[in-house]
Amino acid sequence: MSNKDVRFKIAPRIADELEDGQVVNLGIGIPSLVNAFIEGKEVYLQSENGLLGIGPPPSQDEFDIDLINAGKEPVTLANGAALFSSADSFAMIRGGHVDVAVLGILQVDTRGRIANWAVPYQPILGVGGAMDLVAGAKKVIGAATLFAKDGSSKIVKELTYPISGIRFIDLLITEFAVFSFNKEEMVVNEILVDMSIEELSDKIGIPLKWRELVG
Amino acid sequence: MKQKFVKDPSTLMPLFKDGQKILAGGFGISGTPLTIIDVIAASNVKNLKIVSNNLGDNGIGLHQLFIRGQIKKAIGSFFTMNREAVLAWTKGELQIDLLPQGTLAEAIRCGGAGIGGFYTKTAVGTELANGKEERVIDGERYIFEKAIKGDVAIIRAKKADQLGNLIYHTTARNFNPMMATAADVVIAEVDEIVEVGEIDPEHVVTPHVYVDYIIQTAYQKEGGQYVKQRCSI
Repeated sequence: MSNKDVRFKIAPRIADELEDGQVVNLGIGIPSLVNAFIEGKEVYLQSENGLLGIGPPPSQDEFDIDLINAGKEPVTLANGAALFSSADSFAMIRGGHVDVAVLGILQVDTRGRIANWAVPYQPILGVGGAMDLVAGAKKVIGAATLFAKDGSSKIVKELTYPISGIRFIDLLITEFAVFSFNKEEMVVNEILVDMSIEELSDKIGIPLKWRELVG
Repeated sequence: MKQKFVKDPSTLMPLFKDGQKILAGGFGISGTPLTIIDVIAASNVKNLKIVSNNLGDNGIGLHQLFIRGQIKKAIGSFFTMNREAVLAWTKGELQIDLLPQGTLAEAIRCGGAGIGGFYTKTAVGTELANGKEERVIDGERYIFEKAIKGDVAIIRAKKADQLGNLIYHTTARNFNPMMATAADVVIAEVDEIVEVGEIDPEHVVTPHVYVDYIIQTAYQKEGGQYVKQRCSI
């Protein structure tokens, strides 16, 4: 599978997690692809730069450089959209009024803490709204290809990339499996490829166990 | 009524001075006061401390001031796309203070609201909390962030009345309403100036008390992009 195919495999699986009536913030990268898979669901997309109710991408005639999402891509206003300042937007985010944040991640540790804003020893100097979303959203879903370009697993025992916050994420969706974090313990919810949990454990180099189904 | 509308934006040049801290609205190019930035470029003032989410884009907006070497320090949340600025930082030619976007917005809001600072849970336990006071409130960890104020705020709105009441256009609102409250001198660049009473009081986003000067933008949208129309500056 090409990298593009993989990303398009992760995005619809994330969309499955979203429920009618939720206010959802989609981050940059794989999360932004989720938008294409939520048709028919009544979710309200929030954008950090001051919009609740992102509509479909604009036609050429509708394009307006002022009307953009947090990734600076042109958008439209959905029916029922609301506009507000950046301060109001982050009050909404930090204040726990956003139901779900879907965030691209660089690394996640086995307790569910993530790194998604900087790479060690590289001048990135950008954080945007990443830390606010980690700290404030009611539920955080991490989205990533399971392995970095150098082949290393993005699931690690200890983060080596700069941490994004002390909060533990709820769910991690990769092209291989869906993981959840409960009481600082990582478990496998679902394997999306033809592979046993032991094979997946070997691939990542971390022992894995299934989520216990509560009767 | 004080005459706030200034016909020739270049007459505002003396308001800008070396070393000032300038709050500049905008997120990318959206909601950026491009005409006022042209005035600052032409004024040639140096050693500016710029508070803005990022430093414009590819020769447009604040990036112009950076290329011209007018910026000493940038305080914002996202400079990753401003490659040259990042490079200048690595060489020690540009100082950067990085803040989470929500912390930046709230710090400016506080600056304009008479609040000295605030405790936020954003960035607790991260590199961006280094050196910042931490406090536990109701069992949760928070860090202290100081309010931000500026000497001059340059903001972009859609419409002003002659008093200076402002309304904005879609996501071009972003940091502009807070910045309008948090500086000694506030200059608003707008598409349209109307008579007092023509803006429904229910629709006013920035009340006129905050605005000192109003100029008409020299840029108009063509095919959704800003194109400079007049070249007076």
